[in-house]
Amino acid sequence: MWAELAVTAAKLLAVAVVLLTCVPIMVWVERRGAAFIQDRLGPNRVGPMGLLQPVIDAVKLLFKEDLTPGGVNPVLYTLAPMVSMFVALVTFIVIPFSADAGVEVFGVPLRGIHVAPDLGVGVLYLLAISSLGVYGIVLAGWSSNNKYSLLGGLRSSAQLLSYELSLTLSVLGVILVSGSLNLQEVVARQGPELWKWHAVTQPIGFIVFLTAAFAETNRLPFDLAEAETELVAGYHVEYSSMRFASFFMSEYINIVTISALTVTLFLGGWQVPWLTAQLTGWPLLLVSLAAFAAKVAFLLWLFVWVRWSLPRFRYDQLMQLGWKGLLPLAALNLLIVGVAMSQGWM
Amino acid sequence: MELAVFYVAAVVAVATGVLAVAHRNPVVNVMSLVVTFFCVAVCYALLAAPFLAAAQILVYAGAILVLFLFVVMLLNAPLPTTDQPRKAQRIVGAAAVALVGLGGAALALLVAPAPRAPVAEGTAAAIGRLLVGPHLFAFELVSVLLLAALVGAMVLVKRKA
Repeated sequence: MWAELAVTAAKLLAVAVVLLTCVPIMVWVERRGAAFIQDRLGPNRVGPMGLLQPVIDAVKLLFKEDLTPGGVNPVLYTLAPMVSMFVALVTFIVIPFSADAGVEVFGVPLRGIHVAPDLGVGVLYLLAISSLGVYGIVLAGWSSNNKYSLLGGLRSSAQLLSYELSLTLSVLGVILVSGSLNLQEVVARQGPELWKWHAVTQPIGFIVFLTAAFAETNRLPFDLAEAETELVAGYHVEYSSMRFASFFMSEYINIVTISALTVTLFLGGWQVPWLTAQLTGWPLLLVSLAAFAAKVAFLLWLFVWVRWSLPRFRYDQLMQLGWKGLLPLAALNLLIVGVAMSQGWM
Repeated sequence: MELAVFYVAAVVAVATGVLAVAHRNPVVNVMSLVVTFFCVAVCYALLAAPFLAAAQILVYAGAILVLFLFVVMLLNAPLPTTDQPRKAQRIVGAAAVALVGLGGAALALLVAPAPRAPVAEGTAAAIGRLLVGPHLFAFELVSVLLLAALVGAMVLVKRKA
């Protein structure tokens, strides 16, 4: 029992540290990527290719003054960044980062880099917890006692609720085919063949999910909660120092989590066509982990790419797209999957 | 271990439930209710019903209460100043609530049947089979009821505009 607890704790720690390390790397990728797309240089003074720039940024944020403006609701104002961080940090435990290669560590089966492999309701858990993320933004917007913050918070609560529907509905198609809510089984069902991955069999669902994922993480072209050109910085105008940094970090962690979820649900998870079916033991574990990381890295780059390629939607366009575009498409995908399954094509 | 988790969840659920009614700030009320629902979900998880726990958070804490919060913030509800209930009203109200609560608890303890073995596992598959199997009629009835409520809301809104 204690050995199993220790293995789980070690996995938890390792994944959390890697996730938190992703944040400065993503900041660097974002700034260099933006510069690359806009034909600039980007940060290039600190360290080789500006690689140490995020470290300087982090130190700066840590030592800034932690302001609490007058007129805020102090309890909720303090609670909001904590809620955002909490939600960002507990969602990833159901994601299988590698194959369950049958490897043992100190006599305890490792069961892959997967913190909670036995949680039967994996996908539901992830969707449920991440649906709580909106509270961080809404509370920040309301408690700051600032009209721009309030507008940002209101917009984002409407946006997140609307797109959560499409997101969940598009996941439903995958769950229907997989017959299980456990993500490791969803990956196993997709098999090592490329044409069985859900992105290939359910292209409509994949596109709906990806679009809704951009909206759920408040990224451009859907970043109406921040909208710096009209709302200054939206819900986190009044925040400074590490409390601002918590919002910043939770946004990037959410991007990593939703990319990992996209890979797991639609892009075959940790599998590589042909290759992962040939391996067992430690080689399988390492290869699958590397494949998963590569796929997630590609999606992370896609997030940066889209951000600097598309302008922001207007608010009514956002709602139109969510309710009249994505939701019917997600329902259509579900219908197609249902018919295909009843005819035995899937 | 499980008992300790249960007691923490139960105490927090009751405390935040009281806060949800007693606090004067509507946003704090809604947030307390979120914590209450979260603790109830923990209790479901302890009762080996993970699907119910996830659904509780997904539907209640994640969707319905966000709508509550949205409405509260949009209306920016002013703190009630003029419409304070009288002292007698408060006492009668509190007494009625206490009576119903305690009476219900006593009734449950006195006449409740012995705890039965769980009808089904708390997994999604088991609940799904129950829903579209023996309880199909009730399930469809609820969906029709919800549809009627939706249409009704649309009609009411249209008439005013």
